[in-house]
Parts: sequence; C-alpha cells; structure tokens
Amino acid sequence: MEDDKIVTKELTLSYGERVVLKNINLRIRRNKITAIIGPSGCGKSSLLRCLNRLIDLTPEAKVSGQVFLDGKDIYAEDVDVTDIRRRVGMVFQKPNPFPKSIYDNIAYGLRIKGVKSKSTISEVVERTLRDTGLWDEVKERLHASAMELSGGQQQRLCIARALAVEPEVILMDEPCSALDPASTFKIEELMMRLKKQYTIVIVTHNMQQAARVSDVTGFLYLGRLIEFGETKRIFTNPKEHLTEDYISGRFG
Amino acid sequence: MNLKKCKGMLGFGALRLCAVISVLILGVIIFDIAFKGAGVISWEFLTDYPREGMTKGGIFPAIVGTVFVTFITALFSIPLGVCAAIYLSEYTREGKVVRLIRAAIRNLAGVPSIVYGLFGVVLFMRGLGFGASVLSSGLTLGLLTLPWIITTSEEALKAVPKSFREGAMALGATKWQTIRTNVLPYAFPGILTGAILGLSRAAGETAPLLFTGVAFYIPKLPTSPFDQFMALPYHLYILSTQHHATELVKPIAYGTALVLLAVVLAMNLLAIILRYRARKKLKM
Repeated sequence: MEDDKIVTKELTLSYGERVVLKNINLRIRRNKITAIIGPSGCGKSSLLRCLNRLIDLTPEAKVSGQVFLDGKDIYAEDVDVTDIRRRVGMVFQKPNPFPKSIYDNIAYGLRIKGVKSKSTISEVVERTLRDTGLWDEVKERLHASAMELSGGQQQRLCIARALAVEPEVILMDEPCSALDPASTFKIEELMMRLKKQYTIVIVTHNMQQAARVSDVTGFLYLGRLIEFGETKRIFTNPKEHLTEDYISGRFG
Repeated sequence: MNLKKCKGMLGFGALRLCAVISVLILGVIIFDIAFKGAGVISWEFLTDYPREGMTKGGIFPAIVGTVFVTFITALFSIPLGVCAAIYLSEYTREGKVVRLIRAAIRNLAGVPSIVYGLFGVVLFMRGLGFGASVLSSGLTLGLLTLPWIITTSEEALKAVPKSFREGAMALGATKWQTIRTNVLPYAFPGILTGAILGLSRAAGETAPLLFTGVAFYIPKLPTSPFDQFMALPYHLYILSTQHHATELVKPIAYGTALVLLAVVLAMNLLAIILRYRARKKLKM
C-alpha cells in the first residue's frame, strides 16, 4: 500500500534454538507513530533491530522472512546495509552519546558520509539541535563534552545525532525509560513534532505513553504479534482476550 | 567485638606488609645498583667507546645498539600485534578456531626467551639469510614481544563499551569506519601503554640476542640493520662473568646495570605519563 513505509512479511527471528519472533506481519504507516507494547523480554527490542539490520551485529541471530522499506526487501542480497541504517535511524534505551563534544557527536554521522564542509556541518548541528529543543540550552557550549549533559539532554542529543543524517524512519527503543518525567514529557512532545516529517516506531513498556503518543499500536506477546491496529481502538475495544488482559494490567 | 577488630587489623597489617616487602625489594635493587654504579656515571661514560679491554671508557655503542634493536622490535611487533588484536577483538566470533588462536598466543607468551633465540637463529639468521645482525635480533625480540602486545591491545579494545560501536553503526558507519573513528581512539591509551611496557621488557632481554647478532666488542656503530651490534644486557653479562678481570671492571658493570635500569624505568614512566594524559584528553 502507498501509505506503508515498512512492511514485514513472516518475519521470524531466532537465537540459536530459541525462537524470539514468530511470523511477524506488520505495516508501519508513513508519518505516523507506531507503538509496540508488550511485557518485557518478549522480543520488542529485537523486532526494532530487525528493522534496521542492527540485528546483524548479533552473531547467533538468524532472521528469516522479509522486511520491505518502501517496497524493497532490506534483507535482499544486493542491499547496502549502511544505507539502510542511515535511512532507518535508531535511538537506544540508555542514552549513548559518544565521549566527544556536542558538536562532534552530531557531526559524526555527516563526517562518516564524507561531508567535510564546516559550514554544512555547523548548519546541520544548529538545525537538529533546534528541532530537538536543545539549541537554547547548549548553544553557548557546543564544544563542551556531551558527557556533561543531563540524561534527558543526552537522549535529545542522541535524537539530534540521528536526525543529522536525514533518516526517513526513527526507531526508538524505550527512549524514556531511563529518564525523569520532565524529560519524558519533552521527548514525547518532540515525537509529536517529528512525526510530521518522519515515520516513528517506538517500543515502550509504558502503556500510558503508548496511548498518549501513538497513532497505531501493536501488542507483542511471547514473540507473536497478537493484535495490531489504531491506538484508540486497541485501548478501548481490543479484539483479543490477551490484549485486553495486558492492557487492563492483569499481567505485565 | 574487640577480637574481631583485632583479627581484621592483623589481616590488613599482613597484606600491607606484603605490599611493603615488594616495594622494599625494588628499592633494595635500585639502591644497590645506584650506589655501586653511580660513581662511574659521567657524560664520558655515556658517550665514549670502551677502551683498553673494557676496563676504561664508556658504553656508548651498547646504548646505541639497545636503542637500535628495540626500535626494530617495535617496528615489527607493534603494527602486527595491534592488527592481530583488532582482528581478534572486532572481526571474529567465538568458536573453535578463535579459541585455538587464543590458546596459541597464550602459549607463545610462555615460551622461554632462549628458545626464541634459537628459533631466531633458524628462521632469521639462516632461513631468511639475515645472518648475525640487528635485524635478526630485532625480529627475534619482536616475536617475543608479540604475544604481549596482542594481549594488552585486545584488552584495551574490549574495554571500549559496546554502545560506542552500536551507536556508530546505527548512524550508517561501516565496521571499519566504526573501529577507526569510534573504537581505536578510545583504546589508544591502553594500546600505547601495553606497547611501551612490552618494549621496555624487550630492551632488557639477553637470551634472544645471544646467537642472533649481539657481540661483545665492535669498534664501530651499527650503520645498517645487517650489522652486528652491542647491547646493554649482554655487555653487563660479559663484564660480570666472562671478562678476564671481572673484579676490575665491576664498577663499569654496575654502571651498565644502572644505565639499563634507568632506560627501563624511564620507558615505564613515559608509559604512565602518556596514558594519564591520553585518558585526560579522552574524558572530554
């Protein structure tokens, strides 16, 4: 469908003998926020990693099935993995700024691509810092170490760093779980702003966050996609028993 | 209650005693050598050639020889060792082959240095035809130092958090780009320290030099890697045991020992300083 940015077809992931994801079929819609919820350890993070082929870094992982980005399977033979990862960016659960300056963190992705022009880089640094609401807080100290920032600021920096390479999709793996409520609020606001330009997939164990922020929600349980649909409907009128039980807190 | 506290203090005291004894031993060695050798040290001693059958003069060619051979050791073992460490740390996945390689490296580290010397004779002197030379000795020492460099470099690389690699690759960096720009720079202090310490040990080795190129007396300095050379550890050995007038040259022997010790301690100190400064710079 025209509207689908990412489509997975019978996506299955196993670590050796253990099957972690079973025949996942989902459609991530363009310019929407899709939330993946479910109890811990049921494969949510692994699912995200399959979407930008970061799963390749785990040697024991075996992926079968297909993942289509704009209609092309990212697991096909002739695919340039680094290009996929540039187009599908990721923000990790624990903020991981590099121990470089704020400026160099954001410049990293650009320099990797071969961008040398200082003016281009400075422009991108300012733009992404403004987009993530960090500009006013750090404009006086761009060359200070990123490690001096607070947790919430570091996470927003990581988002800015991901935005610098102009991705099309942003994958967020429980981006707020290590942050305080004030920072969480700022980042949720940021996500709502970002979806106008980007497609966002967020994994979260916080159901209220999923309900607040997302347009579409998928419930993942023990490696199976139990239910997938419009957030409003999932939370008010779930089709599956399991979904209803999870949402009403009968297990977690 | 009091008994427990007493036991604790006794235990702590015993451990502290062990530490003090270790430092004391080092202190005794340094003091003994410094005391007996300092009298000989002078600018002439360091820059003059040995004269009158080693009973007078200096040890300049031995100093130059040691520096020269250590330099060749560095050229051979550091690039090779660091690259091997990068391969083992970043490009292999756990399995039978990797375990075999690691076991081989560990075993290499335990091979006696004289055996390395003999191996050097066979491979470098005769096999590759380099003959008795700085090159043969340097390469032999290089083999000796290689396992150390590989192990310490690998440790330094493994100490870099996985999140650095993941973060870089998530931005579209290739594996080598990630290693070059986001792993190696942070492993560098550890690699550098390991290299300098490894070289400082190589500088003091005698056995690998014995048959591969060192000589007791050469009237001129080595000008090419294929020349023979003099070296401080070997010079010390000959003066102390093989010389026809060992009692007479004892002060010179101690002086040589002092210079050798100074070289090794200086390199260790350099390693510590460089590591401290590199770490400070990276905290940024």
